[in-house]
Amino acid sequence: MRYLPHSEAERAQMLAVIGAATAEDLFARVPTQALLHEPVNLPKHSPEFLVEAHMRALSRQNVAAGDGPFFIGAGAYRHHVPATVDHLIQRSEWLTAYTPYQPEVSQGTLQMLFEFQTQVAHLTGMEVANASMYDGSTATAEAVLMARRLTRRNRIVLSGGLHPHYRDVVRTYLGDGPDLVCLPASPEGQGDILNRIDAETAAIVVQTPDFYGHLRNLRAAADAAHAAGALLIVVVTEVVSLGLIEAPGALGADIVVCEGQSIGNPLNYGGPYVGLMATRKEFVRQMPGRLCGETVDADGTRGFVLTLSTREQHIRREKATSNICTNAGLCALAFSIHMSLLGEAGLKRLARLNHERAVKLARMLGTVPGVELLNKSFFNEMTIRLPVPAAPVVEMLAQAGVLAGLPVSRLEPHDPAVENLIVLAATELTTDTDIEMLADCLNAALQGDA
Amino acid sequence: MSMNNQGRPTGTGSAGVAATGSSLLPNEPLLFEIGDTEHSGVDLPDVEIDGTFLGGFERRSEIDLAGLTEPEALRHYVRLSRLNYSIDSGMYPLGSCTMKHNPRLNEKMARLPGFADIHPLQPVSTVKGALRLMDELAHWLMTLTNTAAVCLTPKAGAHGEMAGMMAIRAAQDAAGQGHRRVVLVPESAHGTNPATAAFLGYSVRSIPARDDGTVDVEAVKVALSPDVAAIMLTNPNTCGLFEPEVIEIAAAVHEAGAFFYCDGANFNAIMGVVRPGDLGIDAMHINLHKTFSTPHGGGGPGAGPVVLSAALAPFAPVPFVRKGELVEHIEGQHLGRITAFNGQMGMYVRALTYMLSHGGDGLAQAAKDAVLNANYIKARLERAFSVPFPGQPCMHEALFDDSFLAGTGVSTLDFAKALIDEGFHPMTMYFPLVVHGAMLVEPTESESKQTLDRFCDVMLDLAADAKAGNAGRFTSAPTRAPRRRLDETRAARSPVLTWSRPEELPQAAE
Repeated sequence: MRYLPHSEAERAQMLAVIGAATAEDLFARVPTQALLHEPVNLPKHSPEFLVEAHMRALSRQNVAAGDGPFFIGAGAYRHHVPATVDHLIQRSEWLTAYTPYQPEVSQGTLQMLFEFQTQVAHLTGMEVANASMYDGSTATAEAVLMARRLTRRNRIVLSGGLHPHYRDVVRTYLGDGPDLVCLPASPEGQGDILNRIDAETAAIVVQTPDFYGHLRNLRAAADAAHAAGALLIVVVTEVVSLGLIEAPGALGADIVVCEGQSIGNPLNYGGPYVGLMATRKEFVRQMPGRLCGETVDADGTRGFVLTLSTREQHIRREKATSNICTNAGLCALAFSIHMSLLGEAGLKRLARLNHERAVKLARMLGTVPGVELLNKSFFNEMTIRLPVPAAPVVEMLAQAGVLAGLPVSRLEPHDPAVENLIVLAATELTTDTDIEMLADCLNAALQGDA
Repeated sequence: MSMNNQGRPTGTGSAGVAATGSSLLPNEPLLFEIGDTEHSGVDLPDVEIDGTFLGGFERRSEIDLAGLTEPEALRHYVRLSRLNYSIDSGMYPLGSCTMKHNPRLNEKMARLPGFADIHPLQPVSTVKGALRLMDELAHWLMTLTNTAAVCLTPKAGAHGEMAGMMAIRAAQDAAGQGHRRVVLVPESAHGTNPATAAFLGYSVRSIPARDDGTVDVEAVKVALSPDVAAIMLTNPNTCGLFEPEVIEIAAAVHEAGAFFYCDGANFNAIMGVVRPGDLGIDAMHINLHKTFSTPHGGGGPGAGPVVLSAALAPFAPVPFVRKGELVEHIEGQHLGRITAFNGQMGMYVRALTYMLSHGGDGLAQAAKDAVLNANYIKARLERAFSVPFPGQPCMHEALFDDSFLAGTGVSTLDFAKALIDEGFHPMTMYFPLVVHGAMLVEPTESESKQTLDRFCDVMLDLAADAKAGNAGRFTSAPTRAPRRRLDETRAARSPVLTWSRPEELPQAAE
């Protein structure tokens, strides 16, 4: 077994030092009836080339996003990740280090986290950020709980433009009840949250660009929330948009949570991703998750440590702000490296390029008879309405090799109002040819259907 | 340089180079001190756009993000990386963390485009291989645990605890048992256990450990009452011991109408040797980043699939794979969705690759070697160190307390820091809480006898030195690391959590 260093002779020597006759003696405290007396019914160990062949065979049963025209977004985006990023995150010192609990020998991870926190704070226009969450959806749920602690109020209002999966996760974390108000889906970008804020409201949750691609008026939401003593939580599932769209922090957001996957991280069928969370300095002691802070060592040299851990479960146990322990360190590293490579100039160019591609897509979709574009505003994602249910059309296009976007009914199976809708995204990887193929296939599908 | 620098992240010759800025042990400036907002390491066309579709929401505020060209970025992150200790550079005996070898085949497989470049919302017809992979992983996990179902989606161990405990709550609500609002947690538990219970609105009732470090079934029986929803018990426990009465505890818990949540953080000790389902557990999360070798990555990402008994299976969160189909919506009492998409697919690929490599036989051997290694360390050290629960074999972790340091002026923290100077990452300190000055050593199965002997030699030398009155070696340690001890009080008292431009610093320091 290539991963196990001991020879049988060494095992015997070690048992002799221990004073045990057999390896089984070490399991003497295990009740006899609980010990397996024959091997588990699983395949035996296998050489590397056979394992690789098996995994490759499985992978070939999937259509990779890069195999053809690809327009799916809805909270996970296909962007180019520079080769440098993946090379660096596979360095042993990054990949195989643990949580930096011994800061003297973890300054690489700690300084990186400090840089990451700064990048996230700057990007969102907030004062502080934590060292990452699992993903955008769980970060949203944690933000809602944080708002409850901060305001000592309970009611949470979720915009109809919030990603349906995010809404579902918040619902799971909070439980259904009168204190969780989920507004109906708003595919036209209609704003109905402002008059739902009352004196019981802890926070409103607004996504921008929203699930359907619309850019939302955060300033109005912040003013309305603050007038009622509530907080504004802003959700961003496409962080590249922050290179072109105004930062939530500049518009009055109190907590900003993002899915950071777009920067540095591949699609990975949904994970691992990296949740970003940023807030005002005054709220930091109610923030969940790890925080890295600057300090000095015994020689007065600058260094970094995990800090404010009295918020966390390993210290506070049942009084902690969250049960979160592990975060998304390596994904945060990938984010941070990619963001460093982009820099401000690169991020802005990338964001403009994404928008330019999306405008091209929107204009082309407008030429397909029967297709109605619902957006007046968007960053790189938009919603179209077909004259027929969307899911079979998307499936038909997939069979033709075009992954045409997300039929909203997959996420909202019980809402007839969204049955004919498709959410589509373009990124810097979307070519003119891709867009033309999509339009042609969509046209053919709709004609055939008619 | 001497070979005793085993494990040093960057091996240079002598002590004291840490602060010199040598390229081998650099004092790397911050990204913001070497980059600026003009430089970029990515070539992208500069396209013109108009505001037609921007609704007046264009960014007007500055971002202030530093950029680096590609060679600068490589150097920054390579130099930073060398300030880290890692499994690949040396033994990393952190108890409870299972810092085992991370095979590179796993990394290679996770990067196949058919896994890395697939979208969670692609038509199901285009991801048949992903579903099969999840099915296979589920089969391995259910077989190793003898359980009826597994929910793969939790993002980490604590998330798995949450999912498992939510399933318990949902099952009890469905059975009209919603009045059960208490969760029993032994004192030795991980902090995540009480935090999870409290997170879900349960009150926590603590179960004391008895003198041998394990939980007494009679103490559990005393604590069980009609309002108890579940017990959260780690087995093998955090003292590194198998709970000998676990079957009786499970029976008592079930008798009282409660569920048995098992914290599976220590599954590495028993995989292929004991099936937790045979012990009577109802739910248990499995840290793929511990037991199944997915990399810790400096603190994540993890993955915490939770296996469920037949009683809890109907309450598993969506999505899951059933008979080869992806189930994204179901009606009824299930607990909903705990994350946006399908969980940590990248970790599923790595874990399954690891399982196939080891096979069922190799996993059992790995567990036995992990236990052997811990007992070997205990045997070699127990005369010089103090073992809080003597007279029994440990599982995959050897636990010591600080009574052997009494009167030396050396604390567990000092001892751990001195270990850094000898080229090893310290063991887990001050956990579990039930042992004074705890040192929890988990060697894993990945360490050779030679490495274990070197580690034990160093530990014995340190213990002898502490007892000989050389406290200074410990209280000043580390001196041969990239930093000396860091001032954590200062960091917490006036937190500096982001970089500020030098001219902004007075404001930031307030």
